[in-house]
Amino acid sequence: MHVVVFTRSTPDTAAKVVVDDNGNVTWGDAGLVVNPWDEYALEEAILQAKSGGGKATVVAIGPEAHNDALKHSLAMGLNEAVRVEDEALDPFDSLHYATAAAGAVNKMGDVDLVIFGKESIDVGTDQHAYQTARKLGWTMLSYVSRILDVDYAAGTIRVERMLEQGKQIVTSRLPAVMTVMKDINEPRYPSFIGIRKAAKAQIPVWSLAELGVDVPAKGVEIVAYKNLPVRETECEMLEGTPQEQAAALVEKLLEEKVL
Amino acid sequence: MSAVFAWVETFKGAANPTSWEALGAGRTLADGLGVPLVALILGENAEAVAKQAGEYGADKAIVCEDATLHGFRLEPYAALLTKLVQDNSPAVVIAVGTSRGRELLAASAADTDSGMITEALELSLDGNKVVATRPAYAGKVLSEVRSSGEGTLFLTIRGRAFKPNELNSGASIDIEKVDAVLSEDDIATKIESFEEETGTVNLTDAAIIVSGGRGMANNPKPAPDGVEDATVWKAQDGFANVIQPLADVLGAAVGASRAAVDAGFIPYAHQVGQTGKVVSPDLYIACGISGAIQHQAGMRSSKVIVAINKDPEAPIFKLARYGIVGDLYEVVPALTEELKKRLGK
Ligand SMILES: Cc1cc2nc3c(=O)[nH]c(=O)nc-3n(C[C@H](O)[C@H](O)[C@H](O)COP(=O)(O)OP(=O)(O)OC[C@H]3O[C@@H](n4cnc5c(N)ncnc54)[C@H](O)[C@@H]3O)c2cc1C
Ligand SMILES: Nc1ncnc2c1ncn2[C@@H]1O[C@H](COP(=O)(O)O)[C@@H](O)[C@H]1O
Repeated sequence: MHVVVFTRSTPDTAAKVVVDDNGNVTWGDAGLVVNPWDEYALEEAILQAKSGGGKATVVAIGPEAHNDALKHSLAMGLNEAVRVEDEALDPFDSLHYATAAAGAVNKMGDVDLVIFGKESIDVGTDQHAYQTARKLGWTMLSYVSRILDVDYAAGTIRVERMLEQGKQIVTSRLPAVMTVMKDINEPRYPSFIGIRKAAKAQIPVWSLAELGVDVPAKGVEIVAYKNLPVRETECEMLEGTPQEQAAALVEKLLEEKVL
Repeated sequence: MSAVFAWVETFKGAANPTSWEALGAGRTLADGLGVPLVALILGENAEAVAKQAGEYGADKAIVCEDATLHGFRLEPYAALLTKLVQDNSPAVVIAVGTSRGRELLAASAADTDSGMITEALELSLDGNKVVATRPAYAGKVLSEVRSSGEGTLFLTIRGRAFKPNELNSGASIDIEKVDAVLSEDDIATKIESFEEETGTVNLTDAAIIVSGGRGMANNPKPAPDGVEDATVWKAQDGFANVIQPLADVLGAAVGASRAAVDAGFIPYAHQVGQTGKVVSPDLYIACGISGAIQHQAGMRSSKVIVAINKDPEAPIFKLARYGIVGDLYEVVPALTEELKKRLGK
C-alpha cells in the first residue's frame, strides 16, 4: 500500500508578517517551517504506512522554498519526497494546485490514501484538499480526528470526524483523500540520524509535462496585500476591588452594546 | 438564468444561525449585478426553510428534499450543486465558510474549473468582477482578491462578518423543486453515528466567547484527595464552575488557549487560535491567557476584547479594549454576580 501526504513550507508561526512599502509580504529573518497543521498529516502517513506494510511519499507543489518542509518530512521518517514545479503553474491558484496534485498522485499510480493538513497557515485557502479529491474523483473525508478501522486490501475505511455540532463516525471506500485534525496523533520530532539523511537527500522535481496535465484558466487573482487597519489599541484599565472592576466592566460593556 | 446562488446551510432541518448572512452578502452582490438572489436549500425540511429564506431576502429558492441529502455528505451535495451550476451558470455561488460550506463550494468549483475566494471579510463589485478582502498569513495581513468576471465565482464568507437582511415576515417566495443527482448506491460514504454536543454554544456562531488559558490552573480550591493530577483537576473545575457560569449568563461559548488544551484542561474542540478555531464574536473575554501571537490569530478580529490577567505586562492587554489586572478566580465570579444583577437573571 502507498500513502501520499501533501505539505508546504510556511513562515514560522511566531514571525511578524507585514506588507512593506513595495506591497510585498515580508517576515524579516524568521525562518520557514513545515506548515504546523501538516505535522499531524505527516505523522499519520508514517503510522499508516507502517501499519499497512507500505510506504509513504510526501509531495509539495511550488518553488524550492518548499524543500524545507520536504526535508523536515524526510527527517521525520517519510520514505520518499517529490516536488512539482513548472513555469505554467501558479502555486497560489488552487485549481492549478489541485490539477498538479492530482496529476502527481495519478503518476504514482498505486496510491490508497492521500492525507492533507487541515489548513495552510499562510495562504489558508482551505481548498487544496477538497479540490484535489474532486480532480482525482476520490472520496473526501475531511476533519478526521481518528482513523478507527482501515483495511487496505478490502479498500474500506472507518473514521471519526470533528464537525461544528459534534463527532461523526463514517464508513467509506478507498482510495480516499482526508484532512486530519490536531488531536489525531502526537507528531514525532525528527531524529538526528533522520535530519542528517534528509539533508543529503536529492528531491526529484516533476514538471506538468511529466504529469501529463494542463492547468486550467485562472478564475481569481490576488491583486494586493494590505496591512491590517490600525486597531484602536488603547486599553482602558479598570481599577478597584474585584467587585468594583466587575461593576465598571459591565457598565462599559452595556455602553458598547455588546451584551 | 444568471443569478447569485446562496447556499443556506441547515442542520437537522433548520437553518444555522449564521446561514442568513449568505443571503445578506448575496443580496448586495445580486443588486449590484442586477440579477436575482436564489437560495439553495438541500435536505430535510428544505421547503419550510425556503419560506424563511424568502423572509430573509431571497427572490427565489431551489430545494431538494431527497433522502440522500438528509445529513450533509459531500458526494451527493456537491454532485447536485455542480449540476445546478452547469445548468444555470450563476455569476456567484456564496455560502458561509463553515466546515461544510468550505468543502461543498471548493468541490463544485473544482468540478466546474471555476475560481474561488474563501473567508471574505469585505466584498465589493468592480463592474462584473467581485473584489474581496480576505485574511492571509493567519490574519497577520489582508489580501485583496478579484474574480475574472468570467464563469461562476465560488465565494465563502467569514461567519459573522456580514449581516443578514432585515426579516420581512410573511414575504412570499417562488420555490423550484429539483431532483438529486446521485442515488444512495452511488454514494461511498455512509454516516454511522453522530454524537452531538448538546447544550453548548458553538464557538464559530457565538456572539460572545469566554476563554480560559493556562491561568485556569491557579484555582485556589484544593483538589480532592486521590485525584490523579491536582493541576488538571483544578483547571477543569475552574472551567466548569467559574468560566461556564459566566458563559451561561452571557449565552456565550467557551474557548481556550492551546496551553489549556494541551495540558488536558478542556477538549481541543474549544481551542481558539492559529491551530484552533478562528472566531470573530462581538465580545471576547480572555481569562488567564497571555495573548501569544498564535492565540491572537484566532481572535484578533473580535469586536470588543476584554482581558483578565494577573500580569499587567501580558501582551493580551495590547489587544484589549478593557483590561482587568487581577486574579481571574476573584474577578470572574464577581463579574458573573454583577451580570446576574444587571441582566436580571
Ligand atoms: C505552531 C504553533 C501553533 C499554536 N497554535 C495556537 C493556537 O491555536 N491557540 C493558542 O492559544 N496558542 C497556540 N500556540 C501556543 C502559543 O504560542 C502559546 O503558548 C499559548 O497561546 C499560551 O497559552 P496561555 O496564554 O493560556 O498560557 P501562558 O502563556 O502560560 O499564559 C498564562 C497567563 O495566565 C495568567 N494567569 C495565571 N494565573 C492567573 C490567575 N489566577 N488569574 C489571572 N491570570 C492568571 C498569566 O499571567 C499568563 O499571562 C501555538 C504555538 C505554536 C508553536
Ligand atoms: N504548495 C503546497 N504543496 C503541497 N501541499 C500543500 C501546498 N499548499 C497547501 N498544501 C496542503 O493543503 C493543505 C490545506 O491548505 P489550504 O487549502 O491552503 O488551507 C495543507 O495543510 C497542505 O497539506
